[in-house]
Amino acid sequence: MKRLTATFTAGLMAATFAGSTALADPVDDTLILNGETEIVTRTAAPAAVEGALDEVISGWHYRGTETRAMQADDFDNPGMIFVEKAEDLWNAAEGSEGKSCADCHGTSEEMAGVRPVYPKWNEAAGEVRTMEMQINDCRENRMGADPWKYTGGDMVNMTALMASVSRGMLVDVATDGPVQSTWDQGKELYYTRFGQLELACASCHEANNGMMIRADHLSQGQINGFPVYRLKNSKLNAVHARFKGCVRDTRAQTFKPGSAEFIALELYVASRGNGLGVEGPSVRN
Amino acid sequence: MAEGVKPRVKVPKTASAGEEIVIKTLISHKMESGQRKDGDGNIIPRSIINRFTCDFNGENVVDVTLEPAISTNPYLEFAAIVPESGEFKFTWYDDDASVYEEIKKITVE
Repeated sequence: MKRLTATFTAGLMAATFAGSTALADPVDDTLILNGETEIVTRTAAPAAVEGALDEVISGWHYRGTETRAMQADDFDNPGMIFVEKAEDLWNAAEGSEGKSCADCHGTSEEMAGVRPVYPKWNEAAGEVRTMEMQINDCRENRMGADPWKYTGGDMVNMTALMASVSRGMLVDVATDGPVQSTWDQGKELYYTRFGQLELACASCHEANNGMMIRADHLSQGQINGFPVYRLKNSKLNAVHARFKGCVRDTRAQTFKPGSAEFIALELYVASRGNGLGVEGPSVRN
Repeated sequence: MAEGVKPRVKVPKTASAGEEIVIKTLISHKMESGQRKDGDGNIIPRSIINRFTCDFNGENVVDVTLEPAISTNPYLEFAAIVPESGEFKFTWYDDDASVYEEIKKITVE
């Protein structure tokens, strides 16, 4: 009798375990944008994650059928509303110089290829720059306009426009040369445990991706889809705002958006997705 | 006056007779419910799109009443079988009495 009970329990445990794993696993699907452009959403692990992950997978695979479909069509993707708003900003002259983005850069489509390589080294300034920093540099020094708040509405909309024109191109940030020390700092942060819960980025997104965190799926924490339209707050969310939210959830004091720590972390996390297609503005829950 | 309101419609340019086509509509609108309060405790006045209609060649085919619980940027999608070539007219009615219109032509082959 004792033996029978033992067998039954083991069988039940196996069944439960298999069930939950299947639920949280990334979905096998292909992202084809507007029925035309295929986006690389899973690919062989780049150098940055060698030994840690076999394959890098976009957060798109961890979302439900409806959410995935929403992103596959520009009309259905609510993030595109904000891209359109940014297109108006792109063409609007502002500041003491009376210039718009378009006056120097031409159409927004000409910026294709910019998103995939950011954050990157700026030789003149001698620093690693995120796209937000570059946009504000343009605003202050070329347009004579006020800088935007780092994760403010106009800024995140503009980064969405920059991402949208590069969709399908592969993320390709440099990790060596002058950015090496920043990248090392980002890597260190990624593996440092923060907060009362003592969680590092890696605790969830590397060691436990594909598992459940309460009622949600843990993705690899890739940032190729940023900025992200989240269904929970019906707006675009910047990558530093997401970092801040994650650090806050470990019950730690967070770094500020635009801080040196988050810039380094953004560079490192972006490099973990080298080879994935740019998706922004993506749709997540 | 609600700001940044912009209607968008997606209708196929052509269809074959008897074919079911999908029409997608979206209007960017804040859809303020009238239930929320601002920082000082004052009620933020209601400002929503309260009605949506679709006419085909002058004949009304869809007429929807929208309520305050509908979230921001209302999206409406419906299917239609188009009997002949013609013109769709989409109309959104705002609480502030603004009316937004969009017209799309379709050819039936």
